Amino acid sequence: MSETYLDGNAIGGLLWEVFGVEMTVATGVCGGCGASRAVAELHVYVRAAGIVARCPSCDTVLLTVVEAPGRRWVGLSGLARLEIPRTD
Amino acid sequence: MARAAVLGRLTWQLATVADAVAETAEVRTLVLDVPGWPGHLAGQHLDVRLTAEDGYRAERSYSIASAPGDRLAITVQRLADGEVSPYLVDELRPGDELELRGPIGGYFVWEPGRGGPLLLVGGGSGVVPLMAMIRARAEAGDETPVRLLYSSRTLDDVIYREELERLAGGALEVVHTLTRARPDGWPGYGRRVDAAMLAEVAWRPGDGAATFVCGSTPFVESVASALVGLGHAPASIRTERYGGVPR
Repeated sequence: MSETYLDGNAIGGLLWEVFGVEMTVATGVCGGCGASRAVAELHVYVRAAGIVARCPSCDTVLLTVVEAPGRRWVGLSGLARLEIPRTD
Repeated sequence: MARAAVLGRLTWQLATVADAVAETAEVRTLVLDVPGWPGHLAGQHLDVRLTAEDGYRAERSYSIASAPGDRLAITVQRLADGEVSPYLVDELRPGDELELRGPIGGYFVWEPGRGGPLLLVGGGSGVVPLMAMIRARAEAGDETPVRLLYSSRTLDDVIYREELERLAGGALEVVHTLTRARPDGWPGYGRRVDAAMLAEVAWRPGDGAATFVCGSTPFVESVASALVGLGHAPASIRTERYGGVPR
């Protein structure tokens, strides 16, 4: 893919808003290849309508966030699971 | 990790520009007063939100430049086609207000006492979160051995040049490379960061070094893959890519 991407650090604020906790240190397991990577390491493509985060190992789409006035759509179909540190 | 930096809700807050310092022709540091700022860790960033009179909003992330104990500061590079950075670099004046939220991020962070040695590799304004780490180390009197490899286009584009000169020495080594133009007699490197340069500057694989790489996506990819090629464990290399992020 030639389009330039950023990484999960860049969407830390957005993901905090979506999940209610700091997420860059969360670990995502790819449903495609099984790679286990920090959310900060995901390759993030930013578009006007939202973001697409892909597995840095196999490029599977792991997470999408699409914004609209008053709501947002969060897609997680490519993720086998998320491990989110607890702060309590 | 300081719990203040990860706990709690992330809410937009009103910040006041306390000071604005030109770093280079394209780069400016904004010192910000934020009532109730919870504190931060070196390497974290914050989101800035601008709202136009017609309600149009633009958000961007900026690395925090200041050490945790200092007044909050961000360092911003003007992007030619930017929506937000030209305003931050050219327009904002002390006393002006802007909305921000943070601190954000727990992956690309370092705290004094976390061990080392450290290799910091920065391209352009990718040096900003690395500078926060260097400042945090200096502020704490931490003796962790640190090598900073910092790539800039020209000497005039080097951000924090005088402060780095002042801080360098002892266990902090600062190595510059200038990719576009060099002054006569320039003693440093004069090319893009490559595997040969990293082999000379990096700690040896097995030294237990932690590495932080920040810059444009091509810069980060090339540095990280060269380090892995030199035998450094991928898990010891933390990366942060910057770029204009329209949201």
